[in-house]
Amino acid sequence: MAATALRGRLSGSTAVAPRRTLTWRLASVTAVTEETASVRTIALELPDWPGHRAGQHLDVRLTADDGYRAERSYSIAAAPGEAPAITVERLDDGEVSPYLTEELRTGDQFEVRGPIGGYFVWDSGANESVPLLLVAGGSGIVPLRSILRHRARSASTVPVRLLYSARALDEVIYRAELAELGAGVEVCYTLTRRQPPGWSGYAKRVDDALLAEVAWPAVNEPLAFVCGPTPFVETAAAGLVRLGYPAAQVKTERFGGAGENDSGRPGEAGGR
Amino acid sequence: METVDGNAIGGLLYDVFGTEMTAATGTCARCGATAQLAEFVVYLRAPGTVARCRNCLAVLMVVTHVRDMNCVDLRGLARIEYGRT
Repeated sequence: MAATALRGRLSGSTAVAPRRTLTWRLASVTAVTEETASVRTIALELPDWPGHRAGQHLDVRLTADDGYRAERSYSIAAAPGEAPAITVERLDDGEVSPYLTEELRTGDQFEVRGPIGGYFVWDSGANESVPLLLVAGGSGIVPLRSILRHRARSASTVPVRLLYSARALDEVIYRAELAELGAGVEVCYTLTRRQPPGWSGYAKRVDDALLAEVAWPAVNEPLAFVCGPTPFVETAAAGLVRLGYPAAQVKTERFGGAGENDSGRPGEAGGR
Repeated sequence: METVDGNAIGGLLYDVFGTEMTAATGTCARCGATAQLAEFVVYLRAPGTVARCRNCLAVLMVVTHVRDMNCVDLRGLARIEYGRT
């Protein structure tokens, strides 16, 4: 009785705002799509999902039978307005990504919270005159894909250049989709390890010379989003600043070293 | 040791501050550099989560999780500014 009365008093108090937390929700897998030999896109059904912005993340929490929990942060691959999806790259010595890419089936469930992040985000319509430069290393393409889908779905006319560095053509994620982006989006690939016969794209690691060729000139006052393994992002972001991009116009997201152990590495694919 | 950046700890920062913090700005108490929290150099298993200044590498934040408690050390930050939304 006393406890009830006390609870009533506390909940009736308006002096202290309730502490806001992100809520863990149970997500159901609605589809698993093979993107490359080691990369899967996992489409999710999330009741009461509040919606997300292009570039945001969600956290995934897996709980083992013995209660052991592992959390990872993943970039959302879907556009705002679409059901959330994540794209996950399998890392051989990973703790979470082998399960997500190999074991998971349609109908399976796991815990998710989000959306998360307010820095590496792009909203269409905010400034249609600012061209976008997107620079992806490997699975760093994931949040940039959300931006590209958001641009298309909102009929934005913002001019976009995408520079996508992958080791080989068969490691390019979303290749078919990126080929159909249409007017206003230029896609440049650089394949750093293996190139198919007759390859006409670039075939070297991103450096200042490559950025100077591909990136919008700084005088156009573009906004850049760079996502990939930490060393890749450091190189590309520093190169853009040397080209005259103000540092504040270069948004960066680093997800660790490529192909290393994923334990403690939230961005297993695309910052997550 | 491998590093990521503050984007990776958006969920943890939300736990600690009760709101989105990756776009908030923090000022290093050692060198005075100001950056958005997304730009901090982050070590995820240090042990605990450690954020360092990208300019001088001073330790800005340490968050350790013990049972159900977050222990938050912000001595390295002179100032944090974030929206009240």
